[in-house]
Amino acid sequence: MNTIHDMGGMHGFGAIDAERDEPPFHEAWEGRAGGILEVMTFPAGFTVDRFRYLRETLRPDLYLTQNYYEQWIYIAEQLLLESGMVSAEELARGAARSAKRTDAIRADAVWGFLHDRTHSGRDLDSAPRFVIGQRVRARTMQPTGHTRLPRYARGKTGSIVSHHGAHVLPDASAHGKGDRPQHLYAVRFAARELWGEDANPRDSVHLDLWESYLEPA
Amino acid sequence: MNGVHDMGGMHGHGPVAPEDEKHEPLWHAPWEARMLGITRSMTFPKGFNIDRFRHIRELMPPHLYLARSYYDHWYAVCVAALLNGGLATKDEIKSGHAAAGSAKRNDAARADQVWASQKSQGVFTRKVETPPLFAIGQRVRARNINPTEHTRVPRYVRGKVGVVQLHHGGHVFPDTNAHLQGEAPQHLYTVVFSARELWGEDASARDEICADLWESYLDPA
Amino acid sequence: MTQHSHAHDHDHDLAHHHDIHSELPSDPALRVKALESLLTEKGLVDPAAIDAWIEVYESKIGPRNGAKVVAKAWVDPAYKERLLRDGSNAIHELDFHGRQGQHIVAVENTPDVHNLVVCTLCSCYPLSVLGLPPAWYKSAPYRSRAVIDPRGVLKEFGLELPDHVKIRVWDSTAEIRYLVLPERPAGTERLSEEQLAALVTRDSMIGVGKVAAK
Repeated sequence: MNTIHDMGGMHGFGAIDAERDEPPFHEAWEGRAGGILEVMTFPAGFTVDRFRYLRETLRPDLYLTQNYYEQWIYIAEQLLLESGMVSAEELARGAARSAKRTDAIRADAVWGFLHDRTHSGRDLDSAPRFVIGQRVRARTMQPTGHTRLPRYARGKTGSIVSHHGAHVLPDASAHGKGDRPQHLYAVRFAARELWGEDANPRDSVHLDLWESYLEPA
Repeated sequence: MNGVHDMGGMHGHGPVAPEDEKHEPLWHAPWEARMLGITRSMTFPKGFNIDRFRHIRELMPPHLYLARSYYDHWYAVCVAALLNGGLATKDEIKSGHAAAGSAKRNDAARADQVWASQKSQGVFTRKVETPPLFAIGQRVRARNINPTEHTRVPRYVRGKVGVVQLHHGGHVFPDTNAHLQGEAPQHLYTVVFSARELWGEDASARDEICADLWESYLDPA
Repeated sequence: MTQHSHAHDHDHDLAHHHDIHSELPSDPALRVKALESLLTEKGLVDPAAIDAWIEVYESKIGPRNGAKVVAKAWVDPAYKERLLRDGSNAIHELDFHGRQGQHIVAVENTPDVHNLVVCTLCSCYPLSVLGLPPAWYKSAPYRSRAVIDPRGVLKEFGLELPDHVKIRVWDSTAEIRYLVLPERPAGTERLSEEQLAALVTRDSMIGVGKVAAK
C-alpha cells in the first residue's frame, strides 16, 4: 500500500528530536495502551502483519499527528471491530453488552508469553531461486494491500547479500491468506542506484526482501 | 524536494468524492474568497514568484499539509512570505494589527488594475539560445534526482523511460526560480510514459501518463 | 546562491511555518480576517482589490469560457485544427487570456483515446478557460490516484470506459495547462454553437466526464 507510512526518502519532516533520558512512556496512558496490545485476546488468525497493515490504514494526516501509542489504540479498535469481538456501540460507550470471556492471558503467564519462541521462519521444500552475490531487481509493483517492499526500492537493481531461509509472507499473512512462506534475502542497493549520482558512492542500503519481490537482473 | 505534496501514485487518501459541478459552490466558506483575493493582490517581498510560492507551500509541516484545506495552504504561504520578507512580524500576524508606529506603504495593487493584471500575467516562455537536445519521438529517461529543494519532476517518473511527445520551447526553470537564483530557462518537453513502465505489469497495457519535464531532468535512453 | 545558503533559506521558511502555526487559532476564518486587517493597515493590500479579484472569478472567468472554445471547435473545423495545433493562440483568439492560461495545449478525446488532466505536485489548472478548480481537483485523493488508478477515479465520476479505450493522463508539472476537447455527442447536429456551448460541462473539459446530448 503506497501510503504515508512508506516514508523512505521523503523530505520535509524536519530535524530528529532526540530526547535525553527518554522515559519508556511519556504518559501513563501510553503504558496502558502498550500493555493492552501485548496481552489482549486477539481474534483467531491474528498476525503481526495484520497489526502493521491496520496501522497503515490510519488516515494520512492522523498518521502524521497521532503519536505511536495513539496509533496502537487505533489498531486495537480496528481489530476488535473487524473481528466482531466488540461492537461500535460498545466501543463508543466503553462498556460491554455481551457475555464476559474467561480466557484472557493472566498476569502470571505474561513473562512466559514474552519468551514464546514463535517466529516467522518456516520450512520450505523448494530451493531458493537466487544465490548470494546475484544481481536482482526489485519489481515495480503497487499492491493496494500490505507489502514490505518500499516504493523507493522498486525498479532498482541490487545484489543478494544473504539468504535468511524461508519466512511467512506478510503480503498474504496480513490479509488472512495464510503463511505462504517464501525465501527471504538481504539485498544490497548502492545509494547511487536508489537516489542518483549525488548520493555517496560508498553508501548502500540493505533491505530484507521476499523472493516474489525480486527478479533476476 | 520529496515532500508529502508529491502525491502521484499514493494510496490511502480515499475516494475522490466529486461534487456535482452544477451545485458545487465556488467557495466553501467566505474566508476562502478573501484568501484568494489577498494572495492575488497583496504586496509580496521583492523577487517573489510563482515557483517560490509553490515551494513555500511544500515546506508546510506535512501533517498540516494533509490536514488543512487548499486556501488554508495559501494562508500559510502568504504568512511565511511576509515573515521571511520582513513585511510583517509574528506579533502582527497574531494580533491582526500593524505594530504601533510602523510605516504604512501606499503601493498596494489597486482594484482598477486587477482586470489588466489578470489578462497580462502568466507568460513563462523564454528564449533559449541552445538548440533542443531531444527530438519529438526520442526515448528519454527521467533522471533519478532527489533534490531537497524545489523541483517539478515527480518521484513516480524518476528513473523511468518515456518518449518525447511535444516540445514547448524555452520555459522558466522552477528549480532555480523558486530559490531566487534566476529564471535560467531551459527547453521544456511533454514526455509520455506507459502506465506499465511507471507502475508495473498489473497496470493497463493501453494507458499512458504525460509529464512536462525540463531538459536537465532528462537523459537519452 | 550556494548549497549552504539554500539550506539556510529553507530552514527559515520551515521555521516560520512551524513557529507560527502553533500560536494561531485553528479556525482559518479568524486567521484570514486578521491577516486582511493587518495587511490593510500596513498598506500591503487594498481591500477593494481583493473584492475585484473575487469578482473576476465569480463572474468573469469560469468554465463557460472553455465551453465556448469547445463548441467553436465542434462547429468550425479550421478552428479545431488551430486549437489542436496551437491551443494558446486559438484560445487567445476568443479573448481568453491571463494567469494559468497563457500556455494551453488542447487534447482531443476520440472513441479510442480518453484524456484526463491532473496536477500531482500542486493544483495547476487552466484558470483562463475553466475558472477556479473544484475542491476535489485539489484534494489528495484525486492528486494521488489520477495517475495510478485513472479508471478507478473515472468510475467514481460515473464514467466507465470500455477496456479498448486508451487513457492518457496529463500531469501538469510545468506552466503548460491542458484543456480536454471532449467528443461531440451524437444527436446534436442541428444545434447552434451557442446551444452546443450550453451542453459542455466543466468535468468534460478536465476529462472526468463526457458531454451528453442534453
